[in-house]
Amino acid sequence: MVTMPIQSAFPIVITGHVDHGKSTLVGRLLYDTGTLQTERYQEMVQSSSENGRADEFAFVLDAFEEERRRGITIDTSQIYFSSQLRPYVIIDTPGHREFIRNMVTGACYAKAAILLVDAVEGVMEQTRRHAWLLSIVGIQDICVAVNKMDAAGYDADRYRELTADINALLEEFSLTASAIVPISARHGENVASRSKAMQWYQGPSLLELLDGLVCRPIEERPFRFPVQDIYRFDGESVVVGRVESGSVRRGETVQLFPLGRQAVISAIRTFPATDVGTASYGEAIGFTLDGSIDAGLVRGAVLCGGTLPSCGREFQATIFWFLNEYATGDPVTIRCTTQSVPGKIHLEQVFDPAQPDTELPSDLICVGEAARCSITTELDLVGDHPALIPEMGRFVIERDGIPAGAGIFR
Amino acid sequence: MDYLDALEFKSIYVIREAYQKFNGRIAMLWSVGKDSTTLLWLVRKAFLGRIPFPVIHIDTSYKFPEMYKFRDDLAKEWGFEVIVANNKEQLAAGMGPETGMKLACCTELKTNALKQAVDAGGFQSVLLGIRRDEHGIRAKERYFSPRDAQFQWDYENQPAEVWDQYNSFLREDEHYRIHPILHFTELDIWRYIQRENIPIVDLYRSREGKRYRSIGCVPCCSPVPSNAATFDEMIAELEASTESERSGRAQDKENLYTMQKLRSLGYM
Repeated sequence: MVTMPIQSAFPIVITGHVDHGKSTLVGRLLYDTGTLQTERYQEMVQSSSENGRADEFAFVLDAFEEERRRGITIDTSQIYFSSQLRPYVIIDTPGHREFIRNMVTGACYAKAAILLVDAVEGVMEQTRRHAWLLSIVGIQDICVAVNKMDAAGYDADRYRELTADINALLEEFSLTASAIVPISARHGENVASRSKAMQWYQGPSLLELLDGLVCRPIEERPFRFPVQDIYRFDGESVVVGRVESGSVRRGETVQLFPLGRQAVISAIRTFPATDVGTASYGEAIGFTLDGSIDAGLVRGAVLCGGTLPSCGREFQATIFWFLNEYATGDPVTIRCTTQSVPGKIHLEQVFDPAQPDTELPSDLICVGEAARCSITTELDLVGDHPALIPEMGRFVIERDGIPAGAGIFR
Repeated sequence: MDYLDALEFKSIYVIREAYQKFNGRIAMLWSVGKDSTTLLWLVRKAFLGRIPFPVIHIDTSYKFPEMYKFRDDLAKEWGFEVIVANNKEQLAAGMGPETGMKLACCTELKTNALKQAVDAGGFQSVLLGIRRDEHGIRAKERYFSPRDAQFQWDYENQPAEVWDQYNSFLREDEHYRIHPILHFTELDIWRYIQRENIPIVDLYRSREGKRYRSIGCVPCCSPVPSNAATFDEMIAELEASTESERSGRAQDKENLYTMQKLRSLGYM
């Protein structure tokens, strides 16, 4: 056995059109890397035969009774496997448009994506929609797999034809493919091992491609700390939250947004260590500030350093919608980090990323559609451009308390 | 930041979100097992050494004697109060794992006992130490998971959970299950317990060639053959294993969808 360094599982989302084989591919990856637990494998075999199917690798992930009966994926799922190089967490997502909110839920945990395209059907509606969503979610590493090559007679010409289609699609959304791998998930060809039937293909297998992906280093960025809560214990006020960008040291002066004041970090608090010297990106910690914390400092305020953020009540955005529909002017809540402010959306140009040529009414957005819009809020909102600080450049839209859409500042 | 730090910070963020949304109406479930004991440790980290809400132990009365002792000792050491909850009516009527279907026993002594405890305490949210890698059904869970008055999990209509924005909108009679360690694997839990030096029940360590990987009620748990007595040995054993963690749990084996039925009813 190869000893792997202890590291975090690399998260990869699997996307693509309905029935192009997403869940089957995941089951295959687990099986071929020897990561599938005996019990889950046996359960898959038993359930496949009860549902009158040959061994259905998709059932490893499609665990709901309804998913197996209908042969579809309803909700996103996460499962772990390891290559010789490192551990992965694979995030499976549903391909149906009606379950797009579950696809988005899965995609935002990922650092890279596999976009699956059926060799016979080619680029379809959800292939396009998912590719567009990956560009909005900010996933840059896209591994394309042309699946069901067995059904396409392992035809090199068909693969080349699809390669051109796929590259054109990705280019439209300013994405590029890390590679386009011809595979058969059902038969395990070019997934973890090479295909004898496709010797014309010289590129990496899918697993080799995944192993070649690297975590992009976090660049130096300005400090952002949205206040999550304030704990008043034993006469002391501790401002808690997570560093969403950059870092800060004890003794440093920070700007309080949107309050327009300054404060000095007097201590950085964790448990059991009571005071640490610095707090960096991703850390969920607490601060005490010099002087008294007044009533103005509440959840949603943002402690900032370096280049300062934008702060205002009107901004431009690109949004997508995943629950029911929305008409210009209906009240919503915009949630960006710990900020939560009431507002309204003015839709400017509604479009369907899957069918760019279809004209849509400009004052109504439905599930699976996207829009360029302006948003006005009743309170100040603090944000950054997503290209500078993604964590501060994206938001979720709630209607009647339920998440119904999401977007990025523009 | 190393990988265990990243897992820890994610959990602390979720715990603090839950507390902020449901302050005064929140409790946590502590089964005394490794996962919820890890969760309890993370709660102390989130609140700088405090446990600012009630800790509930659902007592079926069939737990291992070691678990009762560990529960009382740790509560004393860390200085928190445990609410022991049980389904008195069903226990008095003789409900047990040998009485009939194990599903019925779990439903009465765990699910319904929890229902009673949630009603009695008026809780709108309960923290639980479940993990995605435990089962295919749990792999589909959200961090904030709404349940209706009958404890049903409407798993086909789960809300979106995008960019750490957790849905906390409550309809009448609903409550939330909150899962701060959803992203830990079994292996992560042991590495984290080892690093943080979290106290743990001895049943997980090998005695006479056997140990428990998962603990619950005595009649429904079987030990697995193992000589792993130290954390290093347990971790090495898990790294090489393809057996599932719950392979020693009897109630998982009655039917393919037992877990789904239990989960949809809010089983822990």
